[in-house]
Amino acid sequence: MKQFLVFVKKEFSHVLRDRKTLLILFGMPVMQILIFGFALTNEVKNSQIAVIDYAKDETSRRIIERIEASRYFETEKIVADHGQIEELFRQGKIKLAVVFPQRFDHDLFHQNKAQVQIIADASDPNTANTLTSYVSAIIQDYQSGLTAGQSMPYQIKAETRMLYNPQLKGVHNFVPGVMALVLMLVCVMMTAISIVREKELGTMEILLVSPFKPILVILSKAIPYLILSLINVSTILLLSVFVLDLPVNGSVLLLFAESTLFIITCLTLGIFISVKTNSQQVAMLISLMGMLLPTVLFSGFMFPIENMPVPLQIVSNIVPSKWYYTIVKSIMIKGLGFSSIWKETLILGGITVFFLIVSLKSFKIRLA
Amino acid sequence: MENIVIKTDKLTKRYGDFIATNEISFEVYKGEIFGFLGANGAGKTTAMRMLCGLSTPSSGHAIIAGFDVYRETEKIKKNIGYMSQKFSLYEDLTVLENINFFGGIYGLSNANIKDKSEKLIDQLGLQKEAKKLVGALPLGWKQKLSFSVAVLHEPRIVFLDEPTGGVDPVTRRQFWDLIYDAAARGVTIFVTTHYMDEAEYCNRISIMVDGRIEALDTPRNLKHRFHSESMDDVFFQLARGAKRGD
Amino acid sequence: MRTIRFLLQKEFRQIFRNRSIIAMIMVMPVMQLIILPLAANYEVKNINLAVVDHDHSPYSQKIIEKVTASGYFKLKGYDASYEAAMPLVEADKADLILEIPSGFERDLVRESEARLFVAVNAINGVKANLGGVYISSIIRDFNSEIAIQLAGGAAVDQVPVIVFTSSNWYNVHMNYKLYMVPGILAILVTMIGGFLSALNIVKEKEVGTIEQINVTPIKKHHFILGKLIPFWVLGNVVFTLGLTVSYLFYGIVPEGNILVLYLFVDVYLLAVLGLGLLVSTFCDTQQQAMFIMFFFMMIFILMGGLFTSIDSMPDWAKTITRFNPVRYFIEVMRMVILKGSQLKHITVHLAVVAALAVVLNSLAVWNYRKTV
Repeated sequence: MKQFLVFVKKEFSHVLRDRKTLLILFGMPVMQILIFGFALTNEVKNSQIAVIDYAKDETSRRIIERIEASRYFETEKIVADHGQIEELFRQGKIKLAVVFPQRFDHDLFHQNKAQVQIIADASDPNTANTLTSYVSAIIQDYQSGLTAGQSMPYQIKAETRMLYNPQLKGVHNFVPGVMALVLMLVCVMMTAISIVREKELGTMEILLVSPFKPILVILSKAIPYLILSLINVSTILLLSVFVLDLPVNGSVLLLFAESTLFIITCLTLGIFISVKTNSQQVAMLISLMGMLLPTVLFSGFMFPIENMPVPLQIVSNIVPSKWYYTIVKSIMIKGLGFSSIWKETLILGGITVFFLIVSLKSFKIRLA
Repeated sequence: MENIVIKTDKLTKRYGDFIATNEISFEVYKGEIFGFLGANGAGKTTAMRMLCGLSTPSSGHAIIAGFDVYRETEKIKKNIGYMSQKFSLYEDLTVLENINFFGGIYGLSNANIKDKSEKLIDQLGLQKEAKKLVGALPLGWKQKLSFSVAVLHEPRIVFLDEPTGGVDPVTRRQFWDLIYDAAARGVTIFVTTHYMDEAEYCNRISIMVDGRIEALDTPRNLKHRFHSESMDDVFFQLARGAKRGD
Repeated sequence: MRTIRFLLQKEFRQIFRNRSIIAMIMVMPVMQLIILPLAANYEVKNINLAVVDHDHSPYSQKIIEKVTASGYFKLKGYDASYEAAMPLVEADKADLILEIPSGFERDLVRESEARLFVAVNAINGVKANLGGVYISSIIRDFNSEIAIQLAGGAAVDQVPVIVFTSSNWYNVHMNYKLYMVPGILAILVTMIGGFLSALNIVKEKEVGTIEQINVTPIKKHHFILGKLIPFWVLGNVVFTLGLTVSYLFYGIVPEGNILVLYLFVDVYLLAVLGLGLLVSTFCDTQQQAMFIMFFFMMIFILMGGLFTSIDSMPDWAKTITRFNPVRYFIEVMRMVILKGSQLKHITVHLAVVAALAVVLNSLAVWNYRKTV
């Protein structure tokens, strides 16, 4: 046991000596939580839309006023014509155009029917959808205002309550998501690279010749990163609570316990990668390029997993960060206890054991 | 006077408070095999790197191949060859490809490169290995190849930093044959080593201790002066009180 | 100039000899490009709905039917009370609870006003937003139908009605893949260009061959060029591969001029590679280089407008994105491929990226020291 600690100490000195990497290891999660906590949101705001008013009458002006007053987008009034819309879309200057035809007022009040044209840049379907519904809602609102005096009877009022995240703040979704993402990528990368580096430089053999079980050598490499990652988790939580105003509604202890489990899972994945590859370059390319986008997508915090084709949903089940993301949400935001997350915990445990066994097997084969 | 290819005057390199090379002054003549001896940590490699233009001196002067070490490093580089302690050919390129590359970098014409490649491979007996990756060669052959590539462009001076580390005696002997060969062609050899027997192969040697040159002369004169039978003993007497090194 | 030829020969030989790197450069992007767009989908269908019906009246039935028939919602629970339905939300089995209070029908007919309660799991903003929007619009629709029925049809024509026609340009079917594929390709090309170039110089440092380079008369800018060009070529190869895959698998054909695309990509690659090279001049180990590039990549990707919109960001964040080359790349990809934008439309993008390329590469050359 004492000898194991000697190894761990050596690994720690390696890690601590590398200032540049250390800076990134600690600085990155912090920077990202801050940026993403404040910058990322799924809301659609501040989009530029254009209004073309051929009518220039009282009603159209009133509606346009309302549109301009909306906080959701920035309106640009164009006096000219239809043809400009294409140009503006192509320049990326506007995302939506609203067109009021001539005699709008007249048609509305004399024929009881008037048309408004909404043209959306659907190259971004999400924004197009959302903006269209915002504008329609404003116009519909105006319309019911018109008829209010004429007592449109039979109103159904729907009261909506937003659970867990009443202000629809992006942080509630993104912080757990980024936590899962960054911890996973950093842990996997760090272990994979550090072990492969020793293989490449040839110092691994020295360690292997020592009277040690190889597994202990490898574990000793993982331990410093475990500690560092736990420190990262604490920093992230502190930042989230005090700077981002994100609550920790459940048990902090449970959160830490689950985080430890998740970190260990990622470390074993890193070990697995390092056993299978022989050069740092390859290890890095796999753990970074190979895992960055898939992890972002399959964790479930960017895009709902239920929307994906079934085979991909199955794939997402083997991505550890997906389970961790769920766990963090449940504990931090929903304030639930272990009884709600025992399944996810079990799965993480299973993944860890799996990678550990496979790594050991591959390792032994290599030595034999 | 005639043909001084290296001249240094109180050349110094400091790293903060630590003085790695302390005001060394010496001259090297054309065609000499000049041995730069000293224990590990004595400052040999630091000195050599300054002479090659790899590191800027903290103070002092040096003229290498007629060019100033501060202002004309690129010109120096055109006229010298170098073989580093850490092996520096490309392991993932073949023998021929390495020769080709370095030949081209030094501005040799294609015909010239072809010609020299053939001669080199013949000389080293690498006909069967010419198209193999350098990484696959045994250490001794790598060293010899490295040297040959360093003198490919017929530089005026070639700097060798501990070139025979880890190699068996036969290969070492062969290596020195190559060195003699180059010296005979007029290339000045500046070699650092901590193998004292290799000192015997040099025309003159200097011995560095703790960053200073403590002795500079022919091996014969040194042995005479220190009443020794071997260079080992000379070195031992000089380096005994050394504070740096093993 | 001749030096560069030799440098390039060496680099290309080394690259092609490295089987695993080649495989990774070709295979990984292709696989990701094929699989990932399938996963990246904001379309919201299948919102899980739990209904709590206290009224059990024909109207409550009608509204439930209407909601479930819309295709946006899947009925996952039909519970007796709000408390009974909550566990479904807690377990992420339901995203929304629709609660119909007792007396709903009676209130609507007699008092002319009734209430409905909707509770939305708002952790995932997108779902919450759209889910809320959809259900509100269905309720409004239902409201109009009922109102017309109850008012006996007479009042209808006397009420002024504004009708919309909404058209969706460039992506008539609102196909989310059309939006994501160009963006993902942009990111893949960036990653390859950035990571590989960063690792390259550092590897020579780690192995020791850089000393041999430094001792030769090779000029700094030749050396950097010699490192830049091979990866620039590789970047183009990957980009072409990606376009081919987009066409074969997703039927995406650029609306605009493909030469405009390539022009932009070529300048863009210079910028990204420049960043990688600059980073590698600062690092001593491949590990460090990798981490630093990872740091930049994360910021570039997450703030590039691929997944979330840049417009919605606060002003300080928007300023940061002005320096993010990936942002411009993603925009240009979408503009040219989906909207057929032309060269004149992307001049700003081109200019910024060109400026970045010049600055980064100059810094790389300046920072690289042959003599320490």
